[in-house]
Amino acid sequence: MVNYSERHLDRTFAALTDRTRRAILARLEREHSASVTELAKPFAIKLPAVMKHLDVLDEAGLITRSKSGRVVTVRLSPEAMKEAMDWLRRYERFWSSSLDRLAAYAERKEDEARKKAR
Amino acid sequence: MTSLTLVRRIRARPSIVFEALTTPDGIAQWWGPDDGPVLLAETDVRVGGRFQVRFRMLDGSEHESSGEYLEVVASKRLVMSWQWTSGGEPDEHDELSRVEIDLKPIDAGTEITFTHARLKTEDSRSSHERGWAGALDKLARRFSSERLADGRAEDLIGEHAK
Repeated sequence: MVNYSERHLDRTFAALTDRTRRAILARLEREHSASVTELAKPFAIKLPAVMKHLDVLDEAGLITRSKSGRVVTVRLSPEAMKEAMDWLRRYERFWSSSLDRLAAYAERKEDEARKKAR
Repeated sequence: MTSLTLVRRIRARPSIVFEALTTPDGIAQWWGPDDGPVLLAETDVRVGGRFQVRFRMLDGSEHESSGEYLEVVASKRLVMSWQWTSGGEPDEHDELSRVEIDLKPIDAGTEITFTHARLKTEDSRSSHERGWAGALDKLARRFSSERLADGRAEDLIGEHAK
């Protein structure tokens, strides 16, 4: 069984592997929100291609889109990134603390071994 | 795939560090996120052998992880699969991850490079092969650090993609 949260995270990481999609996210981070037309401007690709990238980011939960009249506004949705960061943070805490004690223990053993050798 | 890499320098020779990493007596001294006790440690240190470690945290919760040794090179390298079998993170109970440990002899003792990698689906693995850069690297770099033996802490190693 693969739970919802796990599948969701897979999609998030997959969505981040594309240069254009990362550039879109970086821009949204700076500008908070932008229209689809504005987002497409810096790229040498056509609007439909940009729309496809936005679909992938949307499915991964990284952005939200809202429509007002003819303008579609895109915003960053930080929850998906947060989940990935939580994983790293959790294991950073676990292993960093464990390795501190591992080092202290090994250094004690090293001191003992050197005393014996004298 | 995302992974966490920690590098530490330890003032002890690699054989002593390796023993601390692999023997039940050694593991009992350090395993776990806080100073709570290790309740059970079993290791069968050979390729295909398994380990099982149960610990109690200071908040009273008990957690158990287990896995299989995938590579064993005495005093040099240890690779094992990792899974929570009790307690741990409820989200991750069916998730298998991978721990890779490399020991390098240095003048002061041992440099240990410790990597915990989250294994991904075939889908994201193939997209991973096209290369990671940018956002995710930056994200992971924040979580890696090197703590030198004399206690100075420095940020050093970033996302470690293989």
